Amino acid sequence: MWRFIALRLLQAIPVILVVISATFFLVRAAPGGPFAGEKAVIPEVRAALEAQYRLDQSLPAQYVAYLGDLLQGDLGPSFKYPGRSVNELIGAGLPVTAELGLYALLVALGIGGLAGVVASLRPNTAQDYLPMSAAMIGICMPAFLLGPLLLLVFGIHLDWLPVSGWGDIPGDKLLPSLTLGSAYAAYVARLSRAGMLEVLNQDYIRTARAKGLPQWQVVVRHGLRGGLIPVVAFLGPAFAGLLSGSFVVETIFQIPGLGRFYVQAAFNRDYTMILGTTVFLSTLIVLFNLLSDIIAAWMNPRLRTQSGAPG
Amino acid sequence: MRRNRFTIPALCLLAGLLGACGGGESNVEAGNRAGILHYGNGTEPQGLDPHVVTGVPESRIVHALFEGLAVKNPYTLEPEPGVAQRWEISDDQLTVTFFLNPEARWSNGDAVTAGDYVWSWQRALNPAMGNQYAYMLYPVRNAERYATGELEDFGEVGVKALDAHTLRVRLNAPTPYFIQLMDHYSTFAVHRPTIEKFGAATDRFTRWTRVGNIVGNGAFNLKEWKLNRRIVVEKSDTYWDRERVKLNGVVYYPIENVSTEERMFRVGQLHYTQNVPLDKVPVYRAMKNSPYVNAPYLGTYYYLFNTAEPPLDDVRVREALALAVDRERLLRSVLHNVYRPAYSITPPDTLGYYPPQVISHDPQRARRLLARAGYPDGRGWPGLELVYNTSEGHRKIAVALQQMWKNVLNIEVTLTNREWKVYLDSVDTMNFQMARRGWIGDYVDPNNFLDLFLCGGGNNNTGFCDPRYDDMIKRQAPRASSREERYAIFHEAETLLMEQVPILPIYTYTSSHLIHPSVKGMPSNLMDSLNLKYVWLDADWRAEEGDPPGGSD
Repeated sequence: MWRFIALRLLQAIPVILVVISATFFLVRAAPGGPFAGEKAVIPEVRAALEAQYRLDQSLPAQYVAYLGDLLQGDLGPSFKYPGRSVNELIGAGLPVTAELGLYALLVALGIGGLAGVVASLRPNTAQDYLPMSAAMIGICMPAFLLGPLLLLVFGIHLDWLPVSGWGDIPGDKLLPSLTLGSAYAAYVARLSRAGMLEVLNQDYIRTARAKGLPQWQVVVRHGLRGGLIPVVAFLGPAFAGLLSGSFVVETIFQIPGLGRFYVQAAFNRDYTMILGTTVFLSTLIVLFNLLSDIIAAWMNPRLRTQSGAPG
Repeated sequence: MRRNRFTIPALCLLAGLLGACGGGESNVEAGNRAGILHYGNGTEPQGLDPHVVTGVPESRIVHALFEGLAVKNPYTLEPEPGVAQRWEISDDQLTVTFFLNPEARWSNGDAVTAGDYVWSWQRALNPAMGNQYAYMLYPVRNAERYATGELEDFGEVGVKALDAHTLRVRLNAPTPYFIQLMDHYSTFAVHRPTIEKFGAATDRFTRWTRVGNIVGNGAFNLKEWKLNRRIVVEKSDTYWDRERVKLNGVVYYPIENVSTEERMFRVGQLHYTQNVPLDKVPVYRAMKNSPYVNAPYLGTYYYLFNTAEPPLDDVRVREALALAVDRERLLRSVLHNVYRPAYSITPPDTLGYYPPQVISHDPQRARRLLARAGYPDGRGWPGLELVYNTSEGHRKIAVALQQMWKNVLNIEVTLTNREWKVYLDSVDTMNFQMARRGWIGDYVDPNNFLDLFLCGGGNNNTGFCDPRYDDMIKRQAPRASSREERYAIFHEAETLLMEQVPILPIYTYTSSHLIHPSVKGMPSNLMDSLNLKYVWLDADWRAEEGDPPGGSD
């Protein structure tokens, strides 16, 4: 198991290096720099700004300097927010986005998992079609539609919940979590239904039933552990997706998370911020993929015996 | 029983969350009682250093924390005393002497002195500072030479502290709007000991503007700054005019999404919104006691013609394109009549100045001109590309104009949208035939619009260049003896400009806000300028009939 983890971590290094290099040179290739604005910047000012951000050096020199800083954990100063470092901006946004992602994940697992399991118990009946149709709608409904809809109903017409903010007014975390989680809930529902259907047809389930175990024990004790493996495999990428894909929800609900910085950095050509967030998030994605592999291996003994030679 | 294990905690959680917010007081209600204004401020400010920042959201907060030598009266936009109690302008209009208020204080209790201004202007102009608004001080003698590195010795720049409370400024040429510039944040004084405590004078990356560090001289002090969440300022007890400040504080919310902002207003979380979603405008207009406020704004939305590119190198083609546009109809059908039609670059009533109307809506003349230019009824038309930055609003306007040109002139114009920075790059390098553009004035004077089109001007972007025009703007107008004479010269120059049609004016901007009826002393003005000293909240406000949205919940 340890060898498996160490190998995967080693594999991650070239992946992240490629991400850094590709991002570094791609953002520089994009037209329009960080200092381009609607009003022309006079040449002397531009030169002074470029010198302050090392942009007056050659591109390879900048690249080497960036890698050097990165090794020391320094993501550099932000172009858009003078006086703030990228580390600080990520540090400010990450806890919020992570919390939002976690709640969204709970929503996804709670609603999606329940719907999927319920549906799998009586396949091809109303008990299956209803939650699965709802899941299909959930997959199709984008956050920029669902969010404002929920806000209109619960925030404005019923006036039960706040329409914006994060941790400012009690209850303001509910709708964003629901909005962000619902699309993932739909995926989880379909994955858990498929997984459960397969498991429930296995011999050992028939054995359990033959022993006279009640239905809920068969499902919860014997079915879930095998049936949810596809869901667990999906969790790592899903959480990474939640972290990097929360921009829309953060904008709609006025949440001070990382997603807004991440997307706006690209529009602003905030070179260090684009690089910093991309490198940071790709590192997270690699880690979460690893984590979900480990959990899957723990849940599935067959995977564990092969774990010395991972694919 | 088994089911209860899951459902009961879940229900309790939900009830708890819902119950906790039921019966809560809205920001507006609480704010009205406590004298706290809840203000939608667009975006997270880049920073709060007056010599670094460039945008409108930044300027709102900087103006709360700092004060210039003169401030704008929000009703008239005429300058009135700020740090300077009064000022004298010499007969030749080349020397301005500011007499500082001896009561003016920094928030740590230090007196604001003339020396602070000399040091601050050196900082603002220092090339190493990278201050993008350094040019606001260019009317000062030798300031431009110092800012471009041509002059090393700041002693030769025309600003001098005669004593602690007297600041003498020498100008290059008479500059009637110079006093107005003193309300622009790039000319503000900053507190030298504070800045030097956290780094070098010209270092853009220090922590001196953070909560607890920053020292200002404005009516408010920085109390809280949470990234992308809010900035809170509270009333200063060292500000010289504190008696007149009625607000106890302001909370600025960085809300980029206009729909989110509007929702927050509706549930009483905001007193003031920076913007109003265009499709909600008719709803708010139809409302009784509407919180919707729409007023002319000092900015023009227009298309640039690249006068070096055929077929636009022919003035007849440019004029034909401009005459074919029915602005009234465009505004009515696409823009809910939120803006005003524009026929020239300077917005009407710029401190009493009205631009000439050289172009108009004249389809017949447009067709004749195009025929004379060699494209009768669009025959032989080589095609034309219009570039705009990606935005639904710009697209709608471009599509409407494309159709008007097709209908009136029978010509094809292709539309190309480009991502913001790519678009800026094409405009900057003149890599376009026709491009969308907007210009917002920095100070209320026709000069701020007309000097765009000087030969080789950084924001000219059309290739227009006429020595007669340059002479009028740069030499004749500043020497005019009266406002009337000066405006007459501008009028002549603008006529000359618009006869060459280097641009296609479309509309004059307006500002649109939702303002809660409890907010008083916040008049609309051409600069959309806010002077917090005048603002107060009426806790006893009651709408005559029917509460507007955003009212008590």
